[in-house]
Amino acid sequence: MNSAAELRVDQVHVWRGDRHVLQGVTLHIRRGELLHVSGPNGAGKTTLLRVVSGLLRPESGAVTWNGVAIGQAREVYQRDLAYASHEPALKSDLTPLENLRFMVGLKRRVSRGELLGSLQRTGVADCADLPARVLSAGQRRRVAMARVLASAAPLWLLDEPYTNLDSAGSGLLSSLLEEHVAAGGLAVVVAHQPLELAGTRQFGLHA
Amino acid sequence: MSAGVDVGVWRALGLVLERELLLSFRRPDQLLQPLVFFLIVTTLFPLGLSVQLSLLREMAPGVLWVSALLASLLSLDSLFKSDADDGTLEQLALSGQGLVVIVVAKTLAHWLVSGASLVLLAPLVGTALAIPVGAFGTMLASLALGTLTLSWLGAIGAGLTVGLKRGNVILSLIVLPLAMPLLIFGAGATDRAISGTSTGGALYLLGALCVLTCTLAPFAASAALRITLE
Repeated sequence: MNSAAELRVDQVHVWRGDRHVLQGVTLHIRRGELLHVSGPNGAGKTTLLRVVSGLLRPESGAVTWNGVAIGQAREVYQRDLAYASHEPALKSDLTPLENLRFMVGLKRRVSRGELLGSLQRTGVADCADLPARVLSAGQRRRVAMARVLASAAPLWLLDEPYTNLDSAGSGLLSSLLEEHVAAGGLAVVVAHQPLELAGTRQFGLHA
Repeated sequence: MSAGVDVGVWRALGLVLERELLLSFRRPDQLLQPLVFFLIVTTLFPLGLSVQLSLLREMAPGVLWVSALLASLLSLDSLFKSDADDGTLEQLALSGQGLVVIVVAKTLAHWLVSGASLVLLAPLVGTALAIPVGAFGTMLASLALGTLTLSWLGAIGAGLTVGLKRGNVILSLIVLPLAMPLLIFGAGATDRAISGTSTGGALYLLGALCVLTCTLAPFAASAALRITLE
């Protein structure tokens, strides 16, 4: 991984209709750091994550990855990025393994064994060949986490990843985050509950 | 932790194509709906008209083409919608592959499932509509070009309307006017083949429209998708 991996968000403004959702947000995160974004409902946490992912273009301001504006090297940036929105983003007619094969397979060449390994890590390997529609909300969340894990991306953007997870699942997610950060990864995590992991910095958004 | 070996454009194209086809075969009702519609409409016409064979033969190209267009339009609505609803469209847009590649693969898959299967069914329908076997070649060629062009046009419309609640009405309003040339030249080519005159001009024009849409539509559709994703 690039030793100088860093993400910068500089003076980002976003309007939604008449609402000024993000008012000059500036943040900076380097390898080995986890940014915990918190704030009341409607403060713009998801909007911020979508701006950082490149899905939403801000009205003004810049997002740079390793010093390059993300719009300039979009494909390169996207391969370094694993985004998990508040929906698990699974095709319910496909199995978790197929879901992962198509989504992770677009980012990098990946073997079935590797995908099964990440499903095993998140504790859903026994449902790998069931249609995703029969999985519970928590299991779907775990499959989404396996997708992030298997993408081997240095930058994780997670929107409410603790939703629907049982206590064992929350513990697992926390340890995955800690491992990722300890291995030199970066993570931006939107979560309501307090996050006290090694390398965590807090970032509050106000409505 | 490495990004691994890069995934090339062809591999990505194949992967998305495989995904779409697999999804269609898991949902056979979506696969069959346009085909059944095509069959029903084309068999209703001879029943509703008088039983004069010459009249039927005269109407056949128009009937065939209008039902093929509408059948193909039926399935366009779901081209991007189901992916947008479950959040996988965002993942595809962030996959590190250009959105254009995704659009091309999804549109080709749509054509294979709805357009190409209509073409395969057309000889049966053609027989029912008393189109002479000698005109089948032109009929199939024009239908293949026409449905492919319609899929590309539809991709633009589907990209623009994917964020709307009742997008399919607006989708038809956007796509059908653009599909008029297809209907005119497609039915025209089949008509000429039945009457035994030269079909070259109409087929070449259909081919030109197909090339035009398949080179420009992917860019227009991916631009439309990018806007609706915001």
